[in-house]
Amino acid sequence: MSSTTLFGMCAAALVGLGLYGLLIHPQTLRRIVAFNLLGGGVFLMFGVVARRGAAAGMASDPVPQALVITGVVVAFSATALAIALLLRLFADSGDASLRSPPHDGVAADRTHV
Amino acid sequence: MPDSLAVPLANPSGGLWLVAAIVWPVLAALLAICSGGRLADRIALLAMPIGLGIAVAIAMAVLPVGHVLTYAVGGWNPPLGILLRADTLSAAMLLTAAIVICATGIFARGAFSLRAGTPETRGSLAFWTLLLAVWSAMNLVFLGNDLFNLYVALELLTFAAVPLVCLDGSAATLAAALRYLLFALLGSVLYLLGTGLLYGAYGTLDITLLAARVRPDFATWVAAAVMTTGLLAKTALFPLHLWLPPAHAGAPPAASAVLSALVVKASFFLVIRLWFDAMPGLWNSLATQLLAALGAGAIFYGSVLALRQQRLKLLIAYSTVAQIGYLFLMFPLAFDPIAGRLQAGIALTGGLLQTVSHAFAKAGMFMAAGLVATAIGHDRIAGLAGIGRAMPISLFAFGLAGVSLIGLPPSGGFLAKWLLLSAAIASGQWWWVAVLVIGGLFTGAYVLLVLVRAMGTTEAPLILHVSVSRYRELTALILSLMAVLLGLIAFGPLA
Amino acid sequence: MTLAQFLEICLVVLVLGAGAWTIAARSAHAAITGFVSYGLLLSLVWVQLAAVDVALAEVAIGGGLTGVLLLTAAARLQGRESQPIQWPSRLHRCVAAVLCTALTAALCAVVLWLPDPAPTLAPAAAGALPALGLGNAVTGVLLAHRALDTVLETVVVLLALVGVWSLAPDRYWNGRPGQRQEVDSDGVLPFFARVLPPIGVLLGIHLVFVGANAPGGKFQGATVLAAMWLLVMMAGLRDAPAIGSRWLRIGLVFGPAVFFAIGLIGIGTAGAFLAYPPDYAKVLIVTIELTLMVSIALTLGLLVVGPPERPDTR
Repeated sequence: MSSTTLFGMCAAALVGLGLYGLLIHPQTLRRIVAFNLLGGGVFLMFGVVARRGAAAGMASDPVPQALVITGVVVAFSATALAIALLLRLFADSGDASLRSPPHDGVAADRTHV
Repeated sequence: MPDSLAVPLANPSGGLWLVAAIVWPVLAALLAICSGGRLADRIALLAMPIGLGIAVAIAMAVLPVGHVLTYAVGGWNPPLGILLRADTLSAAMLLTAAIVICATGIFARGAFSLRAGTPETRGSLAFWTLLLAVWSAMNLVFLGNDLFNLYVALELLTFAAVPLVCLDGSAATLAAALRYLLFALLGSVLYLLGTGLLYGAYGTLDITLLAARVRPDFATWVAAAVMTTGLLAKTALFPLHLWLPPAHAGAPPAASAVLSALVVKASFFLVIRLWFDAMPGLWNSLATQLLAALGAGAIFYGSVLALRQQRLKLLIAYSTVAQIGYLFLMFPLAFDPIAGRLQAGIALTGGLLQTVSHAFAKAGMFMAAGLVATAIGHDRIAGLAGIGRAMPISLFAFGLAGVSLIGLPPSGGFLAKWLLLSAAIASGQWWWVAVLVIGGLFTGAYVLLVLVRAMGTTEAPLILHVSVSRYRELTALILSLMAVLLGLIAFGPLA
Repeated sequence: MTLAQFLEICLVVLVLGAGAWTIAARSAHAAITGFVSYGLLLSLVWVQLAAVDVALAEVAIGGGLTGVLLLTAAARLQGRESQPIQWPSRLHRCVAAVLCTALTAALCAVVLWLPDPAPTLAPAAAGALPALGLGNAVTGVLLAHRALDTVLETVVVLLALVGVWSLAPDRYWNGRPGQRQEVDSDGVLPFFARVLPPIGVLLGIHLVFVGANAPGGKFQGATVLAAMWLLVMMAGLRDAPAIGSRWLRIGLVFGPAVFFAIGLIGIGTAGAFLAYPPDYAKVLIVTIELTLMVSIALTLGLLVVGPPERPDTR
């Protein structure tokens, strides 16, 4: 098994682990961490694709690399926004896990302008 | 490959409109951020007519003759470069988005505009900047022809839409926004995963090139399944709809209008691009039936829950969940079993019409409901009696929007359902006929529920806490009217 | 099996171990520590995949900045929840596990059955480099071929910041993020905050400059700059800026604005939006990278410190 394939399997496993964490963890902070794990796995998949595309004197296809760099920055921004939301929610309500939303809208009605 | 070498190609001048559609709102947003919140609304309101003009220019170039406008950004052609592309679908959605955003801008003046001399507030800077960013992101979704470029557009849209949900700062809306963000991020990362697999298999992310290269093999199938799942999570198709009702109901009315009318349609548009344009031959009948079955589930589940709501904004939000289901009915109806591929035809036109008419109707509906809630201080349906007498324009706007949602002639909703019914009957899929009819009945039930309550009389005339500007009611009315009159285009250019 | 293969297998085992620990750990602190080590190990994998630019970005942004963000959040959320934690039911967890295992298996199969020889754009990108005057193909892709992605991504990051700011309570709008840090004059943190930044700033600027021809680039350089700024703020040597400050706003917008301006000028001089005139490509690209370095450093730093939490008073 070539090293690229090995890393590809690693990426697949990371995707599965991250998705599992995102789906089942009750605490939102852990879900955000799992999302980052999932993102890392997806980027690694791009990296495997890039490595397989080595040609023309380059050890790795530059296009997927560029896509990953873009993706890493976007994922960081997403994490920052999610953390800011979580901290504000925690400060307001003391609750750091998302409960199921009420179906019949018994939340307090606030008038919106 | 000669088409990817570094020779800048002469771009047709019509293509510059495509660049303008994306760049103009972004530049306005950047200006709004650095010039301070007092000017933010003025910048946005000045930018809107020009953006609308750009959308009209593209529509006039593309719609009448069915041309396709393209633009290779930087002069680099795919597969190395990024292409922007406007076809009929793009032009119609660009125009819809521009109209809804401009109407929202006019409507939101009453909520988020500052008088001269007041310091910048959080709400005003955030709202106008985010609205402009939503507009730019939507335009890129409609014009993008590169799958990763579309991923960037989706992320821009998510980051702009999520803070709009919790703009009022209450804990309930914060929770709704966080849930929305988590679902949206899950959707984006799944979409990104599929994109990587497709590049690994085909060496390009351009939709047109993919369409030529795609083979129905395992990697493609996994990529398409993963991408579709991600996009369905962002479109809030049943059973991944959990985030939508609290988010759309909790947002300020102007934001709810944009969220329900436009933002959820962006990921749906990408499903169309993926299924119809990038890989039309990949699917089989079972896949399309499954997608539409989820749509039928959305229609029934959303409608039943809408009937059970006690708050008006939540009812409208569940109505969005249901109406999104209609959009997915077009997939099995557009599938040609003999050719084994999805074809553009009356089913696709019906789906497009449903998207556009729902956008106008839902925006008008949310605006009207928002005005009512502002005026009487709450949005409990049981307490709506007397509104008919006190705010007739708003109620009329709500009613007209309901006409289009139910699908009564001559509304756009009627024409859309008519086209879908014709396609269903022509292909012998009578079960979708049943779904369409029953869905219409359910919609009628919850719209009438509200109207009957609102037209009820009270002993004393209803006192409004806050007087509502006439022009805001008229904005809602004009949007609903557009939804109702949309069906008349059957006698016009599309005849 | 050669030594190299053996080491790679060890690396993969470590990465997966760190990942599994991150998911399975009991406390958030342990999980995040596992996540940071996962990030560091992952960058080693990126080096093995011959993608050094990505390794730099991953270790700086994915491991470093994200780790800081998560650790500060974990500290603030530490054990003060008002309601007990409810784990989902066993059925729910089983279904999720089955789904995730199926996805992993499908992805493994895809990796094994990807076409050979793999389709690639490396020759096309390499062929375009001399015309651009660049030596680093990834920079070429980011700033020339797929410049639209990059320019919009800078807008995305800025929008995320606006979104984070919008979460501030109304009374603190235009105030300063974070709490005022007291300077502990004998402490280790202020010591580092005095010694490291000059080195870090030089390193950051060098990364941007060298990115035209070797691994590096504006994102990596900007992250180093942002990290230095954060260090100074955390040590209390400088206060966080008021977000309503005119200079701050201009600084944030400046990078994307210059990028758009150069792109629009390209319509006239080079025939297309975001096209570069042949002789000036490298100059323009370096200009864009330097201005973006400043704006992105500001944006990334402000994303970490969060929304304003106190009014703007000295």
